[in-house]
Amino acid sequence: MSRMQLLLSGFVAFTCLVSTSAGAGPIENYSPVTSQRLENPEPGNWMLYRRTYDGQGYSPLDQINTTNVKDLTPVWTFATGVIEGHEAPPIVNNGVMFVATPMGQVIALNAKTGDEYWRYKRQLPADLFQLHPTNRGVGLWQDKLYLATTDDHVVALDAKTGKVVWDAKVQDYRKGQYLTLMPLIVDGKVIVGGSGGEFGVRGYVAAFDANDGKELWRTFTIPGEGEPGHDTWKGDDWKNGGGSAWMTGTYDKDTKTIYWGVGNAAPWPGELHPGDNLYTSSVLALDPGTGKIKAYHQYHQNDSWDWDEVDAPMLVDLQRDGRTFKSLIHPGRDAIFWVLERKSDSIDYVAGWPFVSNDVWKGIEPSTGRPIVDPAHKPVVGKRVEFCPSLWGGKDWPSAAYSQKTKLVYVPANENFCGGFAGEKVALKPGELWLGTKVEDIGLKVRPGADHYGELQAWDPATGKKVWQYDFPKSQLFGSVTTTAGDLVLVGGTNDRYFRAFDAKSGKLLWQQKTNSGIMGMPMSYEVDGTQYIAIQSGWGVDAQRIQDALATNNIGIEANVPQGGVIWVFALKK
Amino acid sequence: MPKRGDVLVLSEGEREGQIIAPGDLPVGGPPVRAWPKDPKTSVVRNGSRLNEIVVVRLDPGDLDDATRSRSADGIVAYSAICAHAACPVTEWVKAAQGDKTVLKCPCHNSEYDPRSSAQVVFGPAPRSLAALPLAIEGGSLTVAGAFVGKLGGAQLG
Repeated sequence: MSRMQLLLSGFVAFTCLVSTSAGAGPIENYSPVTSQRLENPEPGNWMLYRRTYDGQGYSPLDQINTTNVKDLTPVWTFATGVIEGHEAPPIVNNGVMFVATPMGQVIALNAKTGDEYWRYKRQLPADLFQLHPTNRGVGLWQDKLYLATTDDHVVALDAKTGKVVWDAKVQDYRKGQYLTLMPLIVDGKVIVGGSGGEFGVRGYVAAFDANDGKELWRTFTIPGEGEPGHDTWKGDDWKNGGGSAWMTGTYDKDTKTIYWGVGNAAPWPGELHPGDNLYTSSVLALDPGTGKIKAYHQYHQNDSWDWDEVDAPMLVDLQRDGRTFKSLIHPGRDAIFWVLERKSDSIDYVAGWPFVSNDVWKGIEPSTGRPIVDPAHKPVVGKRVEFCPSLWGGKDWPSAAYSQKTKLVYVPANENFCGGFAGEKVALKPGELWLGTKVEDIGLKVRPGADHYGELQAWDPATGKKVWQYDFPKSQLFGSVTTTAGDLVLVGGTNDRYFRAFDAKSGKLLWQQKTNSGIMGMPMSYEVDGTQYIAIQSGWGVDAQRIQDALATNNIGIEANVPQGGVIWVFALKK
Repeated sequence: MPKRGDVLVLSEGEREGQIIAPGDLPVGGPPVRAWPKDPKTSVVRNGSRLNEIVVVRLDPGDLDDATRSRSADGIVAYSAICAHAACPVTEWVKAAQGDKTVLKCPCHNSEYDPRSSAQVVFGPAPRSLAALPLAIEGGSLTVAGAFVGKLGGAQLG
């Protein structure tokens, strides 16, 4: 290649990858984001995935509450211009809102008026295989934003203008390695975990310097030769053993420990990767400075059901059994509500109980927390095996929430779903699906006589008792839950396109608004100039749609047709 | 990109790399996945996954006029890459709506009818699959021209 060709191709690559359309920007008087502000965010801001590092999904705002939520009304909306799953919470920093959408787009808006400052549109490669065309949000640090993309880059944008500051390739999208999560920002580090568990990747968590994109550390979720835990694998299975880490971690700022969820083993049938398979379907405790693994807990061994446990545990100071301790709370995809204790050098099992019906676990070993598997419901090669719940689990990645007022955990659960598949051994082709079964063989069945599917559940983690439950007779529940100091529980997640507010104490439905599409995003709340707002993206797609298609196939009177296309909705009380 | 005169070779399975003859394809499917191959240089054009195609033989009477004009003895070929999110279109199943058997992408359930230019008949795909004209020359199945239509998944406008 000649020097001119090199220059030209570089120029073309640059112009293809960077596209920012200017609205009314740039943003003036932008508030730089610091460690102190992330550790103790102002009540009116939402700058982390779940607002606070503890992952509780709780807003301390209470202007909108159980007595007046009936007066909640839309104040502005904004069309994102793209279809597919809009999963990100709108992120708000002192009156400026940043919204990430599918297709690698970020929209900067005036959070009060809905006026656009700028848009960043990534030009994704034409050959990019997007199994999960989505994005879960932008991380903030100083005057920059951080976007993780499905073509496996981390991109830093100037928060004021949307211009690219740096762009770091993480791995190779052509091998099925991609990113969908909102980066976790800790002390100037941009921390991401890779997707690709259905492509036979080896999962990892990696940190980049927020200033220049230099990679600082990378910790694989599957130990290599000579590392502790490697002996939980046989032969070369570890090299393509899955363990993707595609959701944002939580962070204990006092002990400087990140808690990161790890996904399913690959390929799906455990028979194809005998052993416990550390650290798949686990939570890792990591040092944010070095990436060193401080401790771990594996929720279930030799995963065979595609039960990712990537949703990071919530950090809650819990009073239980006559003592107060630092807990980790995780309603698992494996249908077990997990309560763990986090210590400096270990994560200990405290309690676990099924929160939806299942036929896979016969019990839990009380001393270790190891679930006891019923082999009749564990997928194998060459024979179809059915299991409950389905491969989407009791609760998939959408987040639960914890209210500091009610001390309850609110879980977007799915009941009465079962699944099954026949395992098969196939050779790995990089960049192609590697499930260990035929895609068309994956089933979702509803239990005969089921009178509902989605359940919004309220659990007391101190006692293990369910306090209330709200059933959805004609829909799955596939959206994150947020709770507020106004004693509200906010959730979309249903195929009827509603956004809803419930009474956090009683479970009574207090308010609902039909939106443009189904909601699989995360509700959030913020405040500007003394007014509290609630915001959500409505935009159905990905697995909410997959379940919808399966329900329609089950011929139970449910249509597959939930309209797609994203809209940002912002609500406030009628004045 | 496939070029006029290319032969087609299987891109997967036990016979991967072998040339596809018209007689290999049963009428009514199932389809096979294939790469174009330059018969002069023997180069298989598999440098980009956008070159992969899905080939199926149908009853010529079931094809619409535009599709029939690109077909050879009822055999039609389309890009194997879904127009929604660029997953491979690998399934051959009964349509979600109606009784036809259709090409389906298992990732997000888009369905395409190969009898009518692979138009979208179900799911989120925004447009049909690009079509690849075919011919039979000297008993061999060959490419008769360039792709008709846009390749790859949907892009931001």
